[in-house]
Amino acid sequence: MRFWKQALEIARVDLTVEGRIGSTLRITLPFAVVALMVFPLALDLQLVLVSTIGIGVFWALGILFGMQVALRQSATDTRERRDLQALLGVDPAARFVGRLISGGVLMSGFLFIVLLAMVVLFDPAVPDGGWPVLIISTFLVAIGLTELGTLAGEVTAGLSNRTVLASLIVAPLALPLIIGASQSVGALSRDTGILPWILLLIASDLALAVAGVALAQPLEEATR
Amino acid sequence: MRDLDLVVEPGEAVGIAGPNGSGKTTLIRTAATLVSTHRGSLEVLGHDAETRDLVATRRAIGMIGHQPTLIPELTLIENLNHVARLAGVDVARIPRALEVVGLSGASDRRAEACSFGMKRRVEIAHLLLTRPQLLLLDEAASGLDESARDLIEALVGSVRQRGGGCIVVSHDRAQLTQLCSRVASLADGRLEKSR
Repeated sequence: MRFWKQALEIARVDLTVEGRIGSTLRITLPFAVVALMVFPLALDLQLVLVSTIGIGVFWALGILFGMQVALRQSATDTRERRDLQALLGVDPAARFVGRLISGGVLMSGFLFIVLLAMVVLFDPAVPDGGWPVLIISTFLVAIGLTELGTLAGEVTAGLSNRTVLASLIVAPLALPLIIGASQSVGALSRDTGILPWILLLIASDLALAVAGVALAQPLEEATR
Repeated sequence: MRDLDLVVEPGEAVGIAGPNGSGKTTLIRTAATLVSTHRGSLEVLGHDAETRDLVATRRAIGMIGHQPTLIPELTLIENLNHVARLAGVDVARIPRALEVVGLSGASDRRAEACSFGMKRRVEIAHLLLTRPQLLLLDEAASGLDESARDLIEALVGSVRQRGGGCIVVSHDRAQLTQLCSRVASLADGRLEKSR
């Protein structure tokens, strides 16, 4: 019970702070939408082509900017605040789960708004029955990216240049998410099974969640 | 730190004086179990600090360090609410704690808009809520006005009165002499003398 109270309290305060700073909604999101808007310039303004590859563009930009959302905590997580939480008896695993909840909410909101902007701007070609798959994949990617960002933040806690190091950790580990997400919708176009790709996303999310909870305490002690 | 042998008895406040870079902050953070000892042993409130399960021990430790720990975007009362909820303390005690530290009228002000002294007072209020058994103060009174220094003195007194221990680190030897039952000097990681 105490575990969940601590996790929910950390998530609540994290979202309150985000609501007041607005680093995701006021900084990262507008940049992502601007990137979407200027993307056709790279394709010589061929909007039909943009529409055809639209979902791929969404995944590329969504995951790229999503990594910034995922890593935002490692930039604001100070040693003093970590010390305070340790001395208040906060379970490191509860802190991981709390950050996962708040980060998951933010990341889901971020990716769905980018997806909406993509639809409004370019009307991307989505195969029949593709929207539910796209929505499920987007949600699973949001969770996975948040887990990666939170885990990378824990691994690099207390290190100088931790934001750079965390990015280097997240980028290669995000590959299963990128592959699973792009292939799940692509499989519909090719009329092949989507299940393996959705399962890849679910397995990645579960593995990262288990790793995050299991490693939270040893990581905290290792960074003492 | 080398050859350091320090025991803080229940009800005792030990002052540590020393120049910059002598290891005072490392000593405080080590006593708080926030830094691992590479050699030697550390026992805090009867528990071996090298064990993995330190959650319960840490909950009985209160610390004021160099930098305020408040979340800048939250108001003072929200910061205390956060601390109370994480520590499992009754939030109904917060108004009284704010009153004691003289911040009742500023409770809705965001921490980022408060002075250093006000933030320190909030940290004192936080320790009034959590009632630690081991109190660690690292230059906690630096830059504070007289009434805030009185609050720190009262805080140390209350911890000692209920049988807890205190380690107070400061450049101000006169203040340490006033607050503590004995004062030792730390130089180059070694504890030199004790009064």
